[in-house]
Amino acid sequence: MDVVIFLIFAIIAVACAINVVVQTHPISSAISLVGVMGSLAVIYLLLGAEFIAAAQVIVYAGAIMVLFVFVIMLLNAGAEATKGRAPMAHLLGPPLLAAFLGILAFVVRRLFPREYTAHFGGFTHGTAKDVGRALFTTYLLPFEAASVLILIAIIGAVVLARKEMD
Amino acid sequence: MGSVPISWFLTLSAVLFALGVAGFLFRRSIITVFMSIELMLNAVNLSFVTFSYQLKKVDGHLFSFFVMVVAAAEAAVGLAIILTVFRNRKTLNIDDVSSMKD
Repeated sequence: MDVVIFLIFAIIAVACAINVVVQTHPISSAISLVGVMGSLAVIYLLLGAEFIAAAQVIVYAGAIMVLFVFVIMLLNAGAEATKGRAPMAHLLGPPLLAAFLGILAFVVRRLFPREYTAHFGGFTHGTAKDVGRALFTTYLLPFEAASVLILIAIIGAVVLARKEMD
Repeated sequence: MGSVPISWFLTLSAVLFALGVAGFLFRRSIITVFMSIELMLNAVNLSFVTFSYQLKKVDGHLFSFFVMVVAAAEAAVGLAIILTVFRNRKTLNIDDVSSMKD
């Protein structure tokens, strides 16, 4: 059952990711990226990461992608021009990517043999309670640094997106 | 019954990361390049959560959470930069915004 759910959502994620790369219109890419994030949230749930799955849907698929779609609509971004690309990239890119993937798959196979498996319910310490406890004890300093980072990002975004740039 | 090998999760993560790299290198629209970066960050998050499962520790979830925080900050600033570039150059093609290269 877990294998079936994993395969269904892995195939959806990969198909949507391919669609992100091959679509020429940014809106189609953005909608496909939401599909990737949604299916990844299901896979997180399968791995027992309840809090991360919820944050994935709320922060990534919700907030960040809304921001993307908003900017695409605001700039009225159309389909991108396909001409003027380097022919070498087209010729060499796909084989090199396939080689990269092959090496990665080989390493993963060597590092994690078949007996390492995951099943739903095998890890139950990914709840908001456990994540929150770790966040406010072990990871308190990174948490504070992250809040400063968010503040800097807010100010930076406001300054950059101001109407007059002088 | 029906356990999924850990290596499948990591391979899915690798596939998504490779697709993100492909989008980052081959696409010419700034916004799509930016979305490819988000795709790569998502792939890395999947690895973190998988390692967290394998080690039976919650730490990977925290890393994944911080990646999300950084991605949100990056999206806010990056999209503001894209807005400014578009306002000054009237283009979203990265080949037209290469004055630092020349």
